[in-house]
Amino acid sequence: MPGKLKVKIVAGRHLPVMDRASDLTDAFVEVKFGNTTFKTDVYLKSLNPQWNSEWFKFEVDDEDLQDEPLQITVLDHDTYSANDAIGKVYIDIDPLLYSEAATVISGWFPIYDTIHGIRGEINVVVKVDLFNDLNRFRQSSCGVKFFCTTSIPKCYRAVIIHGFVEELVVNEDPEYQWIDRIRTPRASNEARQRLISLMSGELQRKIGLKVLEMRGNAVVGYLQCFDLEGESGLVVRAIGTACTLDKLSSPAAFLPACNSPSKEMKEIPFNEDPNPNTHSSGPSTPLKNQTYSFSPSKSYSRQSSSSDTDLSLTPKTGMGSGSAGKEGGPFKALLRQQTQSALEQREFPFFTLTAFPPGFLVHVGGVVSARSVKLLDRIHNPDEPETRDAWWAEIRQEIKSHAKALGCHAVVGYSESTSICEEVCILSASGTAAVLNPRFLQDGTVEGCLEQRLEENLPTRCGFCHIPYDELNMPFPAHLTYCYNCRKQKVPDVLFTTIDLPTDATVIGKGCLIQARLCRLKKKAQAEANATAISNLLPFMEYEVHTQLMNKLKLKGMNALFGLRIQITVGENMLMGLASATGVYLAALPTPGGIQIAGKTPNDGSYEQHISHMQKKINDTIAKNKELYEINPPEISEEIIGSPIPEPRQRSRLLRSQSESSDEVTELDLSHGKKDAFVLEIDDTDAMEDVHSLLTDVPPPSGFYSCNTEIMPGINNWTSEIQMFTSVRVIRLSSLNLTNQALNKNFNDLCENLLKSLYFKLRSMIPCCLCHVNFTVSLPEDELIQVTVTAVAITFDKNQALQTTKTPVEKSLQRASTDNEELLQFPLELCSDSLPSHPFPPAKEHLESASSNSGIPAAQRATSVDYSSFADRCSSWIELIKLKAQTIRRGSIKTTVTVEKASPVGDGNFRNRSAPPCANSTVGVVKMTPLSFIPGAKITKYLGIINMFFIRETTSLREEGGVSGFLHAFIAEVFAMVRAHVAALGGNAVVSYIMKQCVFMENPNKNQAQCLINVSGDAVVFVRESDLEVVSSQQPTTNCQSSCTEGEVTT
Amino acid sequence: MTSELDIFVGNTTLIDEDVYRLWLDGYSVTDAVALRVRSGILEQTGATAAVLQSDTMDHYRTFHMLERLLHLLHQLIFQIPPSRLTVYPFWMGLTQPSESPARPRQTPFPLFYGGYYAFDEAFVREVLGKKLSKGTKKDLDDISTKTGITLKSCRRQFDNFKRVFKVVEEMRGSLVDNIQQHFLLSDRLARDYAAIVFFANNRFETGKKKLQYLSFGDFAFCAELMIQNWTLGAVGEAPTDPDSQMDDMDMDLDKEFLQDLKELKVLVADKDLLDLHKSLVCTALRGKLGVFSEMEANFKNLSRGLVNVAAKLTHNKDVRDLFVDLVEKFVEPCRSDHWPLSDVRFFLNQYSASVHSLDGFRHQALWDRYMGTLRGCLLRLYHD
Repeated sequence: MPGKLKVKIVAGRHLPVMDRASDLTDAFVEVKFGNTTFKTDVYLKSLNPQWNSEWFKFEVDDEDLQDEPLQITVLDHDTYSANDAIGKVYIDIDPLLYSEAATVISGWFPIYDTIHGIRGEINVVVKVDLFNDLNRFRQSSCGVKFFCTTSIPKCYRAVIIHGFVEELVVNEDPEYQWIDRIRTPRASNEARQRLISLMSGELQRKIGLKVLEMRGNAVVGYLQCFDLEGESGLVVRAIGTACTLDKLSSPAAFLPACNSPSKEMKEIPFNEDPNPNTHSSGPSTPLKNQTYSFSPSKSYSRQSSSSDTDLSLTPKTGMGSGSAGKEGGPFKALLRQQTQSALEQREFPFFTLTAFPPGFLVHVGGVVSARSVKLLDRIHNPDEPETRDAWWAEIRQEIKSHAKALGCHAVVGYSESTSICEEVCILSASGTAAVLNPRFLQDGTVEGCLEQRLEENLPTRCGFCHIPYDELNMPFPAHLTYCYNCRKQKVPDVLFTTIDLPTDATVIGKGCLIQARLCRLKKKAQAEANATAISNLLPFMEYEVHTQLMNKLKLKGMNALFGLRIQITVGENMLMGLASATGVYLAALPTPGGIQIAGKTPNDGSYEQHISHMQKKINDTIAKNKELYEINPPEISEEIIGSPIPEPRQRSRLLRSQSESSDEVTELDLSHGKKDAFVLEIDDTDAMEDVHSLLTDVPPPSGFYSCNTEIMPGINNWTSEIQMFTSVRVIRLSSLNLTNQALNKNFNDLCENLLKSLYFKLRSMIPCCLCHVNFTVSLPEDELIQVTVTAVAITFDKNQALQTTKTPVEKSLQRASTDNEELLQFPLELCSDSLPSHPFPPAKEHLESASSNSGIPAAQRATSVDYSSFADRCSSWIELIKLKAQTIRRGSIKTTVTVEKASPVGDGNFRNRSAPPCANSTVGVVKMTPLSFIPGAKITKYLGIINMFFIRETTSLREEGGVSGFLHAFIAEVFAMVRAHVAALGGNAVVSYIMKQCVFMENPNKNQAQCLINVSGDAVVFVRESDLEVVSSQQPTTNCQSSCTEGEVTT
Repeated sequence: MTSELDIFVGNTTLIDEDVYRLWLDGYSVTDAVALRVRSGILEQTGATAAVLQSDTMDHYRTFHMLERLLHLLHQLIFQIPPSRLTVYPFWMGLTQPSESPARPRQTPFPLFYGGYYAFDEAFVREVLGKKLSKGTKKDLDDISTKTGITLKSCRRQFDNFKRVFKVVEEMRGSLVDNIQQHFLLSDRLARDYAAIVFFANNRFETGKKKLQYLSFGDFAFCAELMIQNWTLGAVGEAPTDPDSQMDDMDMDLDKEFLQDLKELKVLVADKDLLDLHKSLVCTALRGKLGVFSEMEANFKNLSRGLVNVAAKLTHNKDVRDLFVDLVEKFVEPCRSDHWPLSDVRFFLNQYSASVHSLDGFRHQALWDRYMGTLRGCLLRLYHD
């Protein structure tokens, strides 16, 4: 009995009228945890009941504490008939289970009903007394911290980064159980919400156990997803990166992890005996090449990517290829060996992180991806989800082998996703192949000396761009040149990655959002035939998406993509591909050549003219873009660079012939001079279309920038105003005569118009940048395309663009982490018990970070790093994808009300006539952002993960304002509920917020609609940089504030 | 390709004030888009008409949601400390003004709110003093036609009046304060609403042709004076017994006071008193008034008019006609003799002050309470 959960129901407010006769409500509350239920008294005839209940105590296993949500139901008492439910609140108590996070959950929670939406609020206080459990066989993993953030959280230091953890649990979907035919929609929705909540808890607990086995204490980059497989069940799966983190403000920060005094660390020793069977659920199959044959007989499986090619290369490019170039010599080799040994013990050397501690990333090879098409079958035994595990294991093996082919031993920025339509499911995984520095991967003991060496040998800022593979044995054709920065190492001409721009990378100019969009019609088919059709289409789609990305990148005059994420969505009669990435110009890579158009048709005057006209347009666009994004690399004389390294042309041809049969192959070079032009052959109308579509992308209006990475390369003077938003659009295609071309155009217009609308909406924030723009495409029905975008608009100061004393907070924190210890401590206390109840003054954005290295020109600092990958342009099977998706968007509200002196009622003229009431109550707003930081503020505490799942259904769609009104209200409610939960934890922001799922179904004829939304993020406490100074000089003020807030809580 | 669904939801709700105004004015989405296009916004921003349409729809949807929220707010008003009210709208993510003072471009909630409760002068002038009942609502169509204000906007304004009326009707204490606290309105707006509620409660006639020259501001000014001086609340009698069925302190005129006003009749009924009064005024004003002779000739009529108005106020019917009577009995006669405003002021000051010198008259306090207010009102009403 290792835990006692205590719950107190304080009051309700704004309840709906449940009794028409009296216009009042007789409300009471049921509090349920596991199988135990308590009830409050009925509070008669009030819309604002004051229950002030006793403490309800639940004595439970910590296993249950992790799995079960606390379920609070508000009901209207009815003497003669059944009590009517008003709504529910589910509270995840996980944040109370580790010592550093929240100590109490207390606040006003919106009461939510799946049919009516939010119906009033309830004030609840929740506490947990946890007893230490010394049982080594225990099934719980309390104390492991979870972060959605895909970098090392701001107030922590990574001692060791252990690596990949994954788990999945399956169950039957309540919506498809027989009982669903006889129960109400409300009961069915609630069963689903509860089940998913339960499964998430279980999943998190299991992942936690794995982390403890690896002797870590935290999961970073935690990404949990639901697969609604319909008839065949419900899968909840999660991946993350296990780490050992140290709190920066703790004095023990530099002791090896095991000696750290923090509570969760103490538990580690009990898990110490090495468990050989680390990944109990992952099939430890030794097979690589034959993986596919292991698919369960019933499922149809064909890897979409031509992995055969890569696999066959593997032996040649194996890790041992000692030809690490002329560079680094012994050190590099050593490094590699160490890393390798560290990584080889891992089944999957994957990391879900997209940003890393300095020095972690040594080289970047390029994007690797794998997809596979599966037929869903019923999950017969939910306790042994072998099939799904095996599917993912296959894909991961493939990714691993792709990475090897690139001479890399690890994959970073790794993510997984699915797209399901009826019984067909596309599983996708992608990441960036990389060579890592072993420092963070090994035990703390080695650390000291290694660190030392590292400092000396730390690769230059261009290091990550250097190729990790053997240049004589390249896995795909590429132009290699000497690095434009150090001139010593080889770099590819283009680099694609799924990670964020490393902080120390040198970038010229600004970046921009680049998207490739593609639709392909497919015949409707059943089962295997359908899966085959999809499998056959996939390679073509990937190829085209890739070509489009490359063309657009060239058109922008840039040479690298970060944050690449390619989403392939399957529908009844079409496939959609959407790739988003942020293009930049990396100083270390060669200047991209232009695009040359070549016509194949025999000499025809007008045709030639047309071609040359088009060529001119393209050249103009490139020139304009260079100006727009301020790309003006220094001219480098030819001699220094030397001639391009001869390419293994033959091999590349070979590869291409294997992989691609399309006739629009993009020839790699007709070089003129050192700059290789990219040639587009126009030999049919399709190609013509492609070229046209290239030119239709409109740049954002002036004052706007956009990117899908955390921060915009080239902008570093953020001001504090942020606006997170979600925008959803659904279009209906006219079903007549749909052609691929028309479809492409529709899809393109949809995305472009959506972006234009965003720019228009946010015009008042200019100058600003849309960061972390995350597009999700789904095909809910035959002729419907749904695009969901979540992003955050951040303002920046144009005038200060050039004086860069400010760095993005994140960067400075990362670098200066140790110096900041003292600064951090005080705010921590402040925030843990008091919400800043005074309005935030406009942040002055004055970061006095010890680390802001003022010497470097702004432009250079801002952009930094990256790993590069070069993209294999050829076809790739090695695809690039970025997974930035893990960021989460969050929103939330925190409502803090200062206690106001009650003014005596009814004293006529004598009552004070001062300010209207709104002036004396301060409402703190809970910020939400998909980024891992808040501009102009310092995150002082992580309160735990927010992971919420909501269903909303209506049978009066028209009355609620149609589909738009319905979804608008629902999303606003979801934001409100996230905000309320964060506020109750004592936080004032959600970082790394993400809307992972937004499944919308409508039936206008029946006047019905249903929507499922899943969001997650990290609840945090932040302090404005400007407040930080004030606060430290005025301690008394804060005391008074905190007492005010407490007052509020208990009223 | 048709758009089925198109929404934008921000963590903080953005309100475009121009669109908000169009919505308040009751324009349909189509009309609003057309008006926005005409404003030249497309050229300024380089947006397309489709973008504008989507943006407008989105805003309208947001306003509808906020509107529902507002109404919810009032339904609950009685049991929540006023300070809590501001919390509620934050479901919608609206910002407080303090949140982003650097760039006050987002309309904070109080502004949204104030905008919602704003009204058109032309409209209020039509319904001022009328019973806020459903019957009147049917007249909204006519008002809409007459004033050119959209029916939708008329309806909103009318419903606002009614809502405020209903809420404060039952409350004790200062009308303005009640309105301000429960509707979170600015001081200015709260005063206007107090006037509207006061007029509606007392059903003062304002629609007669001879009153057409008066503006809402004129009436609001009078209402404020009357609330301050002629109501129960004005006397400062805090209710000693909270359970006693008392009249609304600020909304109803002090009945006792009205009853007492009959006593003033002696000023015109007693011929000696009237003559004495006249001679006092004439002595004091001789040589100071440009229209002295006209005043002298009219004194008895004017005085009779003013005092009779007072004496009649015991009847509800006559209360309603208060403004008609004042205009008929005082404003019009003076105006036809072309009294300048300054002369009217001299006269009224002297007229009320002189009564203090009438030894036979015992109701000095009553007279001051009556005449002090009336003087203010008359001066305000005296214009073209």
